[in-house]
Amino acid sequence: MDKDAPKRAARRRFLRAAGSAAAALAGGPALAGNLKNLPPNVPEWTRALGDGVAVRPYGKPSKHEAHVVRRDVQWLTASRESSVSFTPLHELDGIITPNGLCFERHHGGIAEIDPEDYRLIVHGLVERELIFTLADLKRFPRVNRIHFLECAANSGMEWRGAQLNGCQYTHGMVHCVEYTGVPLRVLLAEAGVKPNAKWLLAEGADSAAMSRSIPLAKAMDDCLVAYRMNGEMLRPEQGYPARLVVPGWEGNVWVKWLRRLKLGDEPWFAREETSKYTDLMADGKARQFTFVMDAKSVITSPSPQAPLRQKGFTVISGLAWSGRGKITRVDVSLDGGKNWREAKIDGLVLDKACVRFYAETEWTGGEMLLQSRAIDETGYVQPTKSELRKIRGVNSIYHNNGIQTWLVKPNGEVENVEVS
Amino acid sequence: MAAPQDEVWSVWLRSLLAALALFGLVTTALAADRKLGIGRTASPHEIAGWDIDVRPDGQGLPPGRGSVKEGEALYVGKCAACHGEFGESAGRWPQVAGGAGSLKSSDPVKTVGSYFAHLSTVIDYVRRAMPFGDAQSLTEDELYAVVAYTLFLNDIVDENFVLSRETFDRVKMPNAGGFHDDDRETAEKAFWNPQPCMTDCKPEVRITGRARVIDVTPDDKAIRRSVD
Repeated sequence: MDKDAPKRAARRRFLRAAGSAAAALAGGPALAGNLKNLPPNVPEWTRALGDGVAVRPYGKPSKHEAHVVRRDVQWLTASRESSVSFTPLHELDGIITPNGLCFERHHGGIAEIDPEDYRLIVHGLVERELIFTLADLKRFPRVNRIHFLECAANSGMEWRGAQLNGCQYTHGMVHCVEYTGVPLRVLLAEAGVKPNAKWLLAEGADSAAMSRSIPLAKAMDDCLVAYRMNGEMLRPEQGYPARLVVPGWEGNVWVKWLRRLKLGDEPWFAREETSKYTDLMADGKARQFTFVMDAKSVITSPSPQAPLRQKGFTVISGLAWSGRGKITRVDVSLDGGKNWREAKIDGLVLDKACVRFYAETEWTGGEMLLQSRAIDETGYVQPTKSELRKIRGVNSIYHNNGIQTWLVKPNGEVENVEVS
Repeated sequence: MAAPQDEVWSVWLRSLLAALALFGLVTTALAADRKLGIGRTASPHEIAGWDIDVRPDGQGLPPGRGSVKEGEALYVGKCAACHGEFGESAGRWPQVAGGAGSLKSSDPVKTVGSYFAHLSTVIDYVRRAMPFGDAQSLTEDELYAVVAYTLFLNDIVDENFVLSRETFDRVKMPNAGGFHDDDRETAEKAFWNPQPCMTDCKPEVRITGRARVIDVTPDDKAIRRSVD
């Protein structure tokens, strides 16, 4: 053991006792861990054999990542069966959300469907009313598509002002995964859509029998009946064994546990497209069928749950997405929207999918007001929250895509704030 | 139950067709008008069990009838624990009555009376999803009765009202004219901006609101472990 080790250990204990990001900032790189595992010592995991293969038949994250989980806000809803949990965006990078971290939104809990008993009925204004098993769905020609899925109520708690301190809560009703499934147009062609069909009713097999009306043009464009996400079968909470994928449109229409598709000549005005998922404006009238998710972005790190630990070179990281197509540019501001610069987009830029952006800066320990602004291929520029409120008021609940501001304090803590 | 019989019949039919095909007796007649020949015909029995949607024009309304009076007992027994005895809500469950005139206020209350544009929406929703945790357990008469009582709680019908296919059209929903289709591409045209400002975009930047002041974020130590 080297002779300076006890001194370093004492200093480390002091820092732990101080326990603040500020202490870590002052000391440079954070000191942590067990000294006997640090060089020049040979750590315990090097001396002994570890678990062999197949000891973990379905691999899970390291036990040291146990804090990377979905979380809910219990005061938001009356029960967990009709509620939401949020993706921990602040702990993730790249564009793909791991399956177990994709946010959940259920209206009647998770339907646990035996794949042998799964059936999908296609009926209404079709030439042939058909019923499919899961095995049938898997026989169809299939495609792979990466898309974001955002709940229309994402950021819905922030209409009246900064409320929740963490991008998991303010923006965590979004995820982005690769789906494998049957193009809906192929499935519908099998049944033969009649010329007078204009709308499609999609219905789930859950205890809410969640149903939504979708215009036929969208159904025939880019929708899928998906049974896989990120290569494996859908997770139960994401609609196992089959769900609708409706790229760029509000998550509520991506009906999970899909059991029925009915073709009709007009919309159904189901509860979830009238009393919910309609946007109440300041004049007391409400917008309906606001399907498209407007371009939006958020800085995921730093953010309230991911404070800055060190001065000096810093990578600001975030996600952007648009329901109208590809993201073409993301701007970042360090001063609350007074001045902007273009961020670097790294990785895939896909239609109606998340992109990952980075902005590099030297943080000197001063206050920063971090913002990001997404621009999509239609030329739509993510608006400020006040620009949105001017048009929509504050009763909308849904479709809040306003620019988020994070205040970075000198001690590295980050707070959800709003600015003039 | 009809559905399992339909499944058995289908397997039998497919075996028969396969056997005939071996002798060249069946051409691709079935597959010809079906692009890929995947799946099978759904029987009317099977469809009937799942075909539960109801539209504003009345399409899909089941047979049966139910009165406000019959609905009262059902509502008290099956609905009031969550929605409140008078539809006022118990706790955070949805309020189903009241809220008239509140949609422009700072505290809009969206109920069957104040917000729902179509009676069919109430019938369709109760039929598919209520009572919460005991979905699709009501008979058709009970469905009509409980919806009739909800209308009564909202002063939309009187205590002698009986809801059925025949009386469905007589009900006028107060907020029927309260909705319009998505108009973002015109109302929010300014958001399509070819030259968003890059420098000196505002004279000053003031903090106008802070989440810490409101303090409603769940208290989970693991979230902020690196700070606290």
